[in-house]
Amino acid sequence: MRTILRGLHAHAAAFGVLICLLSVVPRALALEPAAMADLASDETSDKARAIDTIAAAGDEEALTVLEALLGGDLQVTPDKHFLIKRSSGLVDAISGSPVSPEPDEYDKVRINNRLRAQTESAIAGLRLLSRDPAVRLEAAKAIDPSRDNLPLLGKALSRESVPEIRNALRKAEAVANLHSPDPASQLAAIETLAGSTDPRVKADLMALSRSTAKDQESPAMAKVHEAAADAVKAIERRLAMYAYLGRFFTGASLASVLLLVALGLAITYGLLGVINMAHGEMLMIGAYATYMTQQIFRDHFPHSVDWYLVFAVPTSFVIAAAVGMLLERTVIRWLYGRPLETLLATWGISLFLIQLVRQIFGAQNVEVANPSWMSGGIEFSNLVFPYNRIVIIAFSGAVLLLVWLLLSRTRLGLFIRGVTQNRTMAACMGVRTGRVDLLAFGLGSGIGGLAGCALSQIGNVGPDLGQSYIIDSFMVVVLGGVGQLLGTVYAALGLGVVSKFLEPYIGAVPTKILILVLIIAFIQKRPQGLFALKGRAVEA
Amino acid sequence: MNRRHVLKAAAVAVAGAWSLSVSGIAAAADTIKVGILHSLSGTMAISETALKNTALMTIEEINAKGGVLGKKLEPVVVDPASNWPLFAEKARQLLTQDKVAVVFGCWTSVSRKSVLPVFEELNGLLFYPVQYEGEELSQNVFYTGAAPNQQAIPAVEYLMSKEGGSVKRWVLLGTDYVYPRTTNKILRAFLKSKGVAEADIMEDYTPFGFSDYQTIIAKIKRFASEGKKTAVVSTINGDSNVPFYKELGNQGIKATDVPVVAFSVGEEELRGVDTKPLVGHLAAWNYFMSVKNPQNTAFIKEYKAWAKANNVPNLDTVVTNDPMEATYVGIHMWKQAVEKAKSTDVDKVRKAMAGQTFKAPSGFVLKMDETNHHLHKPVMIGEIQDDGQFDVVWKTKTTIRAQPWSPYIPGNEKKQKF
Repeated sequence: MRTILRGLHAHAAAFGVLICLLSVVPRALALEPAAMADLASDETSDKARAIDTIAAAGDEEALTVLEALLGGDLQVTPDKHFLIKRSSGLVDAISGSPVSPEPDEYDKVRINNRLRAQTESAIAGLRLLSRDPAVRLEAAKAIDPSRDNLPLLGKALSRESVPEIRNALRKAEAVANLHSPDPASQLAAIETLAGSTDPRVKADLMALSRSTAKDQESPAMAKVHEAAADAVKAIERRLAMYAYLGRFFTGASLASVLLLVALGLAITYGLLGVINMAHGEMLMIGAYATYMTQQIFRDHFPHSVDWYLVFAVPTSFVIAAAVGMLLERTVIRWLYGRPLETLLATWGISLFLIQLVRQIFGAQNVEVANPSWMSGGIEFSNLVFPYNRIVIIAFSGAVLLLVWLLLSRTRLGLFIRGVTQNRTMAACMGVRTGRVDLLAFGLGSGIGGLAGCALSQIGNVGPDLGQSYIIDSFMVVVLGGVGQLLGTVYAALGLGVVSKFLEPYIGAVPTKILILVLIIAFIQKRPQGLFALKGRAVEA
Repeated sequence: MNRRHVLKAAAVAVAGAWSLSVSGIAAAADTIKVGILHSLSGTMAISETALKNTALMTIEEINAKGGVLGKKLEPVVVDPASNWPLFAEKARQLLTQDKVAVVFGCWTSVSRKSVLPVFEELNGLLFYPVQYEGEELSQNVFYTGAAPNQQAIPAVEYLMSKEGGSVKRWVLLGTDYVYPRTTNKILRAFLKSKGVAEADIMEDYTPFGFSDYQTIIAKIKRFASEGKKTAVVSTINGDSNVPFYKELGNQGIKATDVPVVAFSVGEEELRGVDTKPLVGHLAAWNYFMSVKNPQNTAFIKEYKAWAKANNVPNLDTVVTNDPMEATYVGIHMWKQAVEKAKSTDVDKVRKAMAGQTFKAPSGFVLKMDETNHHLHKPVMIGEIQDDGQFDVVWKTKTTIRAQPWSPYIPGNEKKQKF
């Protein structure tokens, strides 16, 4: 506000009077230290009053203080001197000058949710007149649409030229006007808001449409109630459509996770016929490799820590593939063609790997943070598509494409397919089947590692990580048809979308049960899965 | 194996057994054995390992000050591996083979239910340190965690108040097992008694270890858009909380719109989470690490030092939490009761436990109730901060007596005492 005043280089006094006339809310000219004293109180109502007083001061200092309060940086000494904690040290809350020597004793000014909401709204009110359009837009969306803020909104609207911000301001104004005593302005507000999809707007409209029973005195009011009810219906229709869209997205996202965890298994189990109970642990190893990469970045490259994932992807692949190949050479290769022994041996290996990780990293889950570019999401009306889910959908698509290219376009892929279909004949043709087995097992394990890297971004990373996915991945592979990548893709998609469509109706636990029952029924009917491998010597 | 080998092996075995029993007798003479029954592997290891650590630390502390009745305490640590029937086996082993004077242990209600018949049959003594659903009272158990009226009910009352946001609509979300289902049954009855309509309560459960909360959070969002202030009461247990809170942050549900109050989320559970998007969500406990008083400062310092000396994994981020405090209080109270009874005999200690008091790290003097085997505890409600700690925004002025049999469940009126 001060800068705006300075910008209007005219008779300062005259303008001062004009501004005072324009703004209905009385505003002091600067933030007084006395205004803050109540913030040190233990009573929430005192603090609430202090926040209002500070906001009413309406200058840069007030904004700084409120932002510090919201961020938890505002400190108070026992003699009620307010300080702000900055990375450089303590500064005076009002003057902004460094404090030295630092006081021995000070404590954070604590706020609860009620005060937090009030502070957010006060900050939005102050920022509404900022010079930066992005800040203004943010503020216009965050401001509390109450009738007290109407004059402020009007003032902001009269100055605003950016259409997007004008729309947000209009909306806030309309929400405030819903509670207007004048039916005409209520009707106008309802009309403005009918196209909205904001659940909060819907809540306000619903309250308006319900109050019919109490006051049906005037026909004007009846009209308002009716219009509100219609608007609610329109919004509900739109929300239902979005909910449908949202469910498709969550289904696709679950499918991408299922596909990633099952793809590696589809190669080791589907192509090589090894019932690898330790596949889950490959996911776990991939996730821990991601964790280690993150730690290395935190320790050595703290500035580029946001990009650790780019390095974590190849690292998790290589480490998981190496462990897989080691297992193949030392244990599994002696057990080819003996499914029961393989099952037991790999199960033992899985227990061994879990305990090993528990010894090295502890039984606690470790923290793998989303890089900042993967936090949050795209907002689309009231739907949010989280970035981490979008990235994983894209990632699983990319992994699928690479695996398909590898299997169908390379020499190694040709060998793997050959060995899968007829091991003896492939060996006769000069394919070194032992080496192909080793590489294929490494590939399957490596893809498991990639899946672990992806899972670390949405779930927990702990020694038991693999255990919770092993059932799901076998389910996908068996349903899809052993030995078929395409089947795995369809099975993952089907399971993902079906369970996410069922979940809202019958709950998460019954969904799991129902899915299992459906799969059992399906396998009874069609033991070979969705897609059967065709060929003469399949079971050679 | 020829005969000579067999004989040799037998001789070694006999010698071993003899030396073991001798050392056993020797140990029995000048130490008191104390059992510690917490899962150190499996899904619950995440929470229970810290309790084992706290118990060992407290025992060391007591031993350093001269032990109990002039004897040192000797901890016997067993690992029931998050396996509920194994809890019962290990409990029997502790009571019959190791002949421990007392057992500190269990976390989940299902593990407590599993060991209960063993303790009652052999007249053992169990100290149970975790908040639970109530509806149980055993002569052989002392409950040092909270009963529903010391945690769940006050938390819901707080949210109903103006201070808590005058919540009118409730989502009861939990993991699918006995504790959340019973707690939600009590809460539902309580909410109805406060005039909340059936349509304003949504109840939903997820399996243990569930990690995909997208649809559930979308459902909560829809439920919250019906025109009344909504809150979520979460009894989600274990590591499912991490994906749950992550998804909350990603879906942009802020505490100022839809606050989530959790009963099983403490400092330990938040260690694996970036709490910046979660600031303002709530938890109800009887202790928080952030509470400021001399007892707590000493408790935290002692635990950090113990963690360092014993090289606990990730020791630079160790935290203390409510069940750890309850373990600490429980062991100290047992010690006081033994000293009062001048014996470790279960019946005498049980009598001496009634009315014991202890100045706890929560800053309150806790008292073991004379009749119902539960502690009188303060109730605190904390808001999550960006550093993974909780700020206490509300607490009771005094301690509250436990009601293990909730008055909101019909037929419980006559069960308050033994």
